[in-house]
Amino acid sequence: MNSSDTDLALAAADGDAAAFSVLLSRCYDGLFRLAFRLTGSQHEAEDLTQDICASLPAKLAAFRGDAQFTTWLYRIAVNAAHDRRRRTTSLMKAAAGWGEWEQNRQAANAENAAQVNWLMTAMTGLPEDLRDTLALVLDDMTHRQAAAVLGVSEGTISWRISEAKKHLRCLRSTEDQT
Amino acid sequence: MNNDLEDLKQAMRAATPDPDPSSKAAHLALAQKNFVSFQGSRNDRRPISNRPKRGIWMGAFAMLNSLTSRAALTATTAVVAAGFVVVNWLEVAPPKSDLGGLPVPEGIAPAEAGFSNRIAPSQLEQGAESAEIDDTAVTERLRSSVGSKAEGRVSGFFGAAPADAPHASIAAPPTLSQRVAEPAVLPHDVDREVFANEDPGGLQVTSETPVSTFSMDVDTASYAIVRNSLMNGHLPNPDAVRVEEMINYFPYDYPAPDGAAFQPTVSVGPTPWNPDTRLVHIGIQGALPDIEDRAPLNLVFLIDTSGSMNEPNKLPLLKQSFRLMLGQLRPSDQVSIVTYAGSAGQILAPTNALDRAAILAALDQLDAGGSTAGHAGLRQAYATAAAMAKEGEVSRVILATDGDFNVGISDPDALKKYVADKRDSGTYLSVLGFGRGNLNDATMQALAQNGNGQAAYIDTLAEAQKVLVDQLTGALFPIANDVKIQVEFNPSQIAEYRLIGYETRVLRREDFNNDAVDAGDIGAGHSVTALYEVTPVGSPAQLTTSLRYGAVASGDGGEEWGFLALRYKPPGTATSQLIETPITADLAPLPDAGFATAIAGFGQLLRGSTYVTEWSFEDAIALAVETKGDDPFGYRAEAVQLMRLAASLTED
Repeated sequence: MNSSDTDLALAAADGDAAAFSVLLSRCYDGLFRLAFRLTGSQHEAEDLTQDICASLPAKLAAFRGDAQFTTWLYRIAVNAAHDRRRRTTSLMKAAAGWGEWEQNRQAANAENAAQVNWLMTAMTGLPEDLRDTLALVLDDMTHRQAAAVLGVSEGTISWRISEAKKHLRCLRSTEDQT
Repeated sequence: MNNDLEDLKQAMRAATPDPDPSSKAAHLALAQKNFVSFQGSRNDRRPISNRPKRGIWMGAFAMLNSLTSRAALTATTAVVAAGFVVVNWLEVAPPKSDLGGLPVPEGIAPAEAGFSNRIAPSQLEQGAESAEIDDTAVTERLRSSVGSKAEGRVSGFFGAAPADAPHASIAAPPTLSQRVAEPAVLPHDVDREVFANEDPGGLQVTSETPVSTFSMDVDTASYAIVRNSLMNGHLPNPDAVRVEEMINYFPYDYPAPDGAAFQPTVSVGPTPWNPDTRLVHIGIQGALPDIEDRAPLNLVFLIDTSGSMNEPNKLPLLKQSFRLMLGQLRPSDQVSIVTYAGSAGQILAPTNALDRAAILAALDQLDAGGSTAGHAGLRQAYATAAAMAKEGEVSRVILATDGDFNVGISDPDALKKYVADKRDSGTYLSVLGFGRGNLNDATMQALAQNGNGQAAYIDTLAEAQKVLVDQLTGALFPIANDVKIQVEFNPSQIAEYRLIGYETRVLRREDFNNDAVDAGDIGAGHSVTALYEVTPVGSPAQLTTSLRYGAVASGDGGEEWGFLALRYKPPGTATSQLIETPITADLAPLPDAGFATAIAGFGQLLRGSTYVTEWSFEDAIALAVETKGDDPFGYRAEAVQLMRLAASLTED
């Protein structure tokens, strides 16, 4: 039987390099998947994962084991993704009417959309909080776990999922009309 | 195909790539490197357990965390990386990785394990306890050392009550949750309402396209949506305005049929917004069969109980509406209730309409909540209807929703086809829309059109009264299916014509005689109206210039303006019947034509029609008031009120 992630994390927080190594190699794939879901591109996901890996040792000192390690880690990932997005957005804000531009771009995308394109269009068309929620829930995470990661109530997650569904449906019917 | 979310999940699963082995190795190495330098390059745990909990380190991190993450990441990474370079050169000889001696941690293919080359395996192997980086070994070591660790925390993470609760409460950096709560970048109030409409019916030149073909329909949803918008103090989305649905919202005093299923009447009158054109008014009145003899009804309520229905104007209004409707049912009728989303499945088995207590109890149990889909909602509703059907009875599914068409078939075309198939097997579908903000008017309309039913939008109890009580018979008992209208105009008399409304119901010319093409239905007692604005030859209102070399009109039509042909199928038959009547200039105006015209003008103003320019809401109000006539239900008075609202809203 292997030790739990939380035990490893606590040991790592206390300076155990081997524990840290095992821990991160266990969680790496899941972290990368989440990063991909949050960012929507392999390149972005790699950058994001790298940022997280780089800063994790320092952050780990604050881990106390009162949440599951993956929950804690994914929370860090979501926040890091936010920060990345914010940086990207501040670059793009120079162009006025960004929302409109984005919508037009999506409409253009939607026309020659393969399924993957549709997926990305769908994800990027969602408001940020809905996208984060979906990224977690699509990773087979329960609403409860997603709620713990995002620091909101379970009900909020359920509401966001239904909101996200509406957005997707809306997007689909827009596509169908064009 | 379960639903959009499930699709998305599948797509996401397919699209998510595996991490690139080389970047994975690099990232793991980077992390290890940072870890090592952060810990002061110790490979094992520190010998002391009293590391500062909230001291210098934590203070520094709190500060860094409160910076932007970019700054924090850059700062920590830079510091740590710089530290590592020194440390690495001085203490850790970077030997070539010797994977042979290293058991590979779970989840990593051997080729990806290069990360460990930065940790100098030789050093690790000499470490007191951590000879190998291996799950089992680390586990063993942890377990053996756990006893010497602070007991409180150990008991905490093994699930018992944490002895040092204060630690637990400061574990997560406070800035994390705050950041989650920060406002989203993208606009949140995306308008999710979807309306079906086409470009306003354009002007047709008679010599080029003398024939106009469209499907009759009795939907009224558009009027209720327009009313709801105006009552809420804003002009409706022009796409939400379907002029024919606004006109058809009102009952008109057309000549009743004499023995036939229905009676078309044609009249010609002046156009209020253009003195040089004329309005051709086609009014159709359906027969009202003897209500006492009506066939027994099998009704399946398919009710959306998703979380979004939990608003006063949705599920509670729906319950009240159905309560009203129950009063109209007979002892021979049967009712069943199927829900989708949240509480799934059939919540009321087919029950005799006489058993009001059971039906009302089931209605009261309905509870909006949950986002999980009852996938087979629609299928189950149809299956229930099929089980209830007996010879000579009328079966109908009534879908009540706020736009959440999460009914198990996510592809709209597949959904339409499914509904159309069921229609052919004898079960009809009506759609009732509730609430705003999520309304998928387009799907509602498409479903009802394919299901031979009515799409109605219910925003008030009064509207429920109209749809489910006053006009219930018409909504539930079709007297004519696939009603199509074709008008051929005579180019020697009429230069141009324009069909007002019906943009979404235009048929191709050849569809008229093709009995396989679906069209709208007329229920018992319904009246349906269609208006053409026509420009007689030589009128100054003619917008197009005649072609210099154009073909000369045949002119054989004599004085006739055009010829109206109407096809319909009596319910249960597959062959259509034809009614034909000529349109001439001297037809007397219908008694109720004035009010229909006022509504037509009102609708076109709301749509922003380019053909109604010299006319205002005030003119519409004047005309409507003048022609209001007998208004037993107060519908027309309400329309005048809406016109006033629209007039005030456009003033600023």
